[in-house]
Amino acid sequence: MKTKILLAAATAGVMFAGSVLASTLDDVRARGKLNCIINTGLAGFAAPDDKGKWTGFDVDFCRAVAAATLGDADKVNYTTATGKTRFTKLAAGEGEILSRNTTWTFSRDVDLSQTFVGVSYYDGQGFMVPKALGVKSAKGLDGASVCIQTGTTTELNLAEFFAGNGMKYNPVPIETNAEAQELYKAGRCDVYTTDASGLYATMSSFDNPADHMVLPEIVSKEPLGPVVRHGDDQWADIVAWTLKAMMAGEELGITSANVKSLAGKDNKNKEINRLLGKDPLQGISKLGLSADWAVNIIGQVGNYEEVFEKNLGMSTPLKIARGMNQLYRDGGLFYIPPIK
Amino acid sequence: MSFLSNIWRNEKSREIIVQIFVLLCIGWFLSWLISNVDANFKALGKDISFEFLFIPAGYDINQYLIDYNNRDSHLRAGIVGLLNTGLVAVFGIILATVLGISLGIIRLSKNWLASKIAYWYIEFTRNVPILLHILLWHGIIINTLPHPRKALNLADVTFLSNRGFYIPKPLTENGIELVYLFLVIAIIFSVLFFKYAKKKQDLTGVQYPVFWINFFVLISLPLIAFVISGMPISLEIPALKGFNFRGGMHMSPELAALTFALGIYTAAFIAEIVRAGILAVDKGQREAAESIGLKSSKVMKLVILPQARRVIIPPLTSQYLNLTKNSSLAIAIGYMDLVATLGGISLNQTGREMETMVIVMLIYLSVSLSISAFMNWYNNKVKLVGR
Amino acid sequence: MSTEMYKPGSYPNLPPPPGTVGFYGWIRNNLFSSISNTLLTIVSVVLVYYLIDGIIGWFFFDAVFDADSKIECRKINDGACWAVITRRVGQFVYGFYPEAERWRIDISFLTMFIAFAPLLYPDLPKRKWLLWFSGIFPFFAFILINGGFFGLAKIEYSLFGGFMLTVILGVTGIVCSLPIGILLALGRQSKLTVVRTLSICFIEFMRGVPLITLLFVASSMLNYFMPPGTNFSILVRVIIMFTFFSAAYIAEVIRGGIQAIPKGQYEAADALGMNYWQTTRFITLPQALKISIPGIMNTFIGLYKDTTLVVVIGLLDPLGIGRAALADTKWNGLSTETYLFVALFFFVSCFAMSRYSLWLENKLNTDHK
Repeated sequence: MKTKILLAAATAGVMFAGSVLASTLDDVRARGKLNCIINTGLAGFAAPDDKGKWTGFDVDFCRAVAAATLGDADKVNYTTATGKTRFTKLAAGEGEILSRNTTWTFSRDVDLSQTFVGVSYYDGQGFMVPKALGVKSAKGLDGASVCIQTGTTTELNLAEFFAGNGMKYNPVPIETNAEAQELYKAGRCDVYTTDASGLYATMSSFDNPADHMVLPEIVSKEPLGPVVRHGDDQWADIVAWTLKAMMAGEELGITSANVKSLAGKDNKNKEINRLLGKDPLQGISKLGLSADWAVNIIGQVGNYEEVFEKNLGMSTPLKIARGMNQLYRDGGLFYIPPIK
Repeated sequence: MSFLSNIWRNEKSREIIVQIFVLLCIGWFLSWLISNVDANFKALGKDISFEFLFIPAGYDINQYLIDYNNRDSHLRAGIVGLLNTGLVAVFGIILATVLGISLGIIRLSKNWLASKIAYWYIEFTRNVPILLHILLWHGIIINTLPHPRKALNLADVTFLSNRGFYIPKPLTENGIELVYLFLVIAIIFSVLFFKYAKKKQDLTGVQYPVFWINFFVLISLPLIAFVISGMPISLEIPALKGFNFRGGMHMSPELAALTFALGIYTAAFIAEIVRAGILAVDKGQREAAESIGLKSSKVMKLVILPQARRVIIPPLTSQYLNLTKNSSLAIAIGYMDLVATLGGISLNQTGREMETMVIVMLIYLSVSLSISAFMNWYNNKVKLVGR
Repeated sequence: MSTEMYKPGSYPNLPPPPGTVGFYGWIRNNLFSSISNTLLTIVSVVLVYYLIDGIIGWFFFDAVFDADSKIECRKINDGACWAVITRRVGQFVYGFYPEAERWRIDISFLTMFIAFAPLLYPDLPKRKWLLWFSGIFPFFAFILINGGFFGLAKIEYSLFGGFMLTVILGVTGIVCSLPIGILLALGRQSKLTVVRTLSICFIEFMRGVPLITLLFVASSMLNYFMPPGTNFSILVRVIIMFTFFSAAYIAEVIRGGIQAIPKGQYEAADALGMNYWQTTRFITLPQALKISIPGIMNTFIGLYKDTTLVVVIGLLDPLGIGRAALADTKWNGLSTETYLFVALFFFVSCFAMSRYSLWLENKLNTDHK
């Protein structure tokens, strides 16, 4: 009797998920939900609120893709990953998108067989110190204890920076941001180093953010962006153009507030018409998307500026300036191909 | 037909057939796994190669028992990690044993209050996951100890702060060889004396104060040599320079937290093992020992513990093994052990999951197997002596 | 002065000397019987005093149980800020399981006790009928929790989290590992060299490596061993690893049980002309399993505690939920409260289980004597 029960349980325990061979878009449509891999918790980028709803910059990008493909930004399942497990989770098909502040590097793009579809946030590794320490430059950190978030490009950047300047340091490698900031706050480390955005996110959560500062040196280039599996160009295009549509929205002055009225009338700027489906956009059916894809994205999630300001901008505790993350016309690095 | 059924009826031949069948099944299963790996690796454009072990690791490690810098190879980083694992395992085992045996004895104490405290301590400790122990201890250490600039200062040579515990480091100078030589002589003497005293006691019943004589010899001989050769040891005293203390020897908060957590968690299990072992000794043994007038400390030392030892050793070994394996959770607080270096950062940097994990697992496996082999041997030995 | 005379054998019991019975006697015997004992008592009292003085206030009297953020907590009082727990208790229990569907977890959890009752309490009335329910329960719970049948919405595994994930991992792991463990234990005792060697290899391998490396394998390598295109969810892969891991430990426990069976039992079975499987089914296992139940229970408690390790591969067990809560700017820095809460949960459930195991051990013991 007992064994029978156990065998039954064993059968019930084996649960298979779908196959990855079909087109990713078809998979998502069939499921009715987008699976999105995000951070286990980083303020401003991905963190659950008290209601259990995930919010943040990376999360909003997942929502934008869901809005484009499924017409509903809320149809997203979030799967969390640490720095170490994120690529294997993507490769294993546990999500269609990896939207987890991931740095675009040569070896990750080429060697790990995945596709980086664009840059959603230009970042760089920086150092945060308490002001009381009296350090004004990263060159003055000789002999310091440094907290690092592992599973990232950070360890190598750090080793190169210190070795290059002939300085010594004492690394304390930590798995998660939450843990690392505990150590920094307790004074276990003099310095906390990770991407500058992460530093601001961490700093914002302190009781007295004004007691800390990010040093002027940025020691690496960290272009962060969404990643998809290699081999499905249609899906890669969808994700890439979702990002571009959000930026184009900012460039063309389309916001979540006015997108409905702009979509309903004939605009002088024909690019707006094409983006919002008023005029035909060649090839949109090849992507498998409906004509109102961009209306859904901007209407339900917002354009790039809105998403940035909502999650990271001056009105949030993070208070991150746009900096490089602006349109080229404002002095930033985002230059969107024409929507034609 | 009848020939075949005869083969099946014959126990010997049936056993052989079954075994061949099992072997074939396993062989097929393994080759299926390997062909899958092969196909998957081809699809991903990966290969299996251990060359990455010899390229520079590129990252730094905060605690190394052998020289290491970020230009050294992944292999060396792995060895540094392995030594760190060994270090914390040894510290943890020492703490767990001392604490566990004391707790086990207190648990059996006639003192109601002490016994109850030990009971609740054991129950609380062993029913909370080890990972939480590690996180809580680390939190306690870094949050309660002061910043290095306000470090607790003992006689200006040892310092306690949330960057760790700093003590002076002995540096040897010329002439130290004499001290070593005398130390060896002292050890040889005490071993011989111990044997002689035992023989004498067996023959005549005369007891020498062996412990005190040996203790005196072991301390005084090297000390004499030390003075004769002109005190060839100097101390490197840690001092606050810049952000941290420099010089001296130091124990990081991570090592301390891990030692405490592993030691205290495992001690709870050891206490129960010790208690069960002592209770397993027949009551008559204690009564007999007391009736021939042995002091209660001697009863414990000469009668109870030697017999309890036989019951205690096997589960104790498996606790030591558990402790060593649990030390891999060091990764949660940034102590750079084998799993954090080779199985962690090296894996991340090179993307060679298969190779690194195979190496890490093989190392743990060989350590576990050799310890259990040793313990089996020891067990058999104790058994033979006992009966 | 009068002396009373008593008949031999009818001398009345005198009261015990003062100070050996009653409250004072108890104190004297148990706390102050000797100098060292007195010292021990004093040290213990001081220890308990500091413990209560230092912790209870922070833990309870000065604690804040409801507030909107850590900053508000600190405004109210300077003890523990339990608001991080009370505000997110749903997440700690159910993970991200949709709120409207949580009744499914509640029902599965409650019925789990009914399903386990006939297995855990052998004297239960109507046990036969309940056992049928135990047999159906895994399917019942799977359908209920997973959904996708009978109009129940399918719930993605990525939404599983919190204590519910702990229980699912622990219970599925142990239930699946029991049959494998029994087979491995029999295999290890087998006369067939090949079977024995294979069993030993499997058991020693699983027991020889840290669970955390097995979980890494589950999270990053298990897919390589499957035909290209197969795709397990991470939850299934972790359950597989937990199953193998605890199967090895259970095999050793059951082996102990098998070895404890007196040789005469086998000789008697042989004399009756039973073959291997009959002997195993009717003689070996019923006795060995009975002896092994406390050991199996301990293995289960161990496995249950070990489920916290899944946080290292990014699953959101209570510890992971706690860390995610700490990433929220509102609750940042309340790690002590969060970790203590999770520790308390594990303590309560594991302590209850170890009490049960002890009860069962005593009960089985008397059965034998």
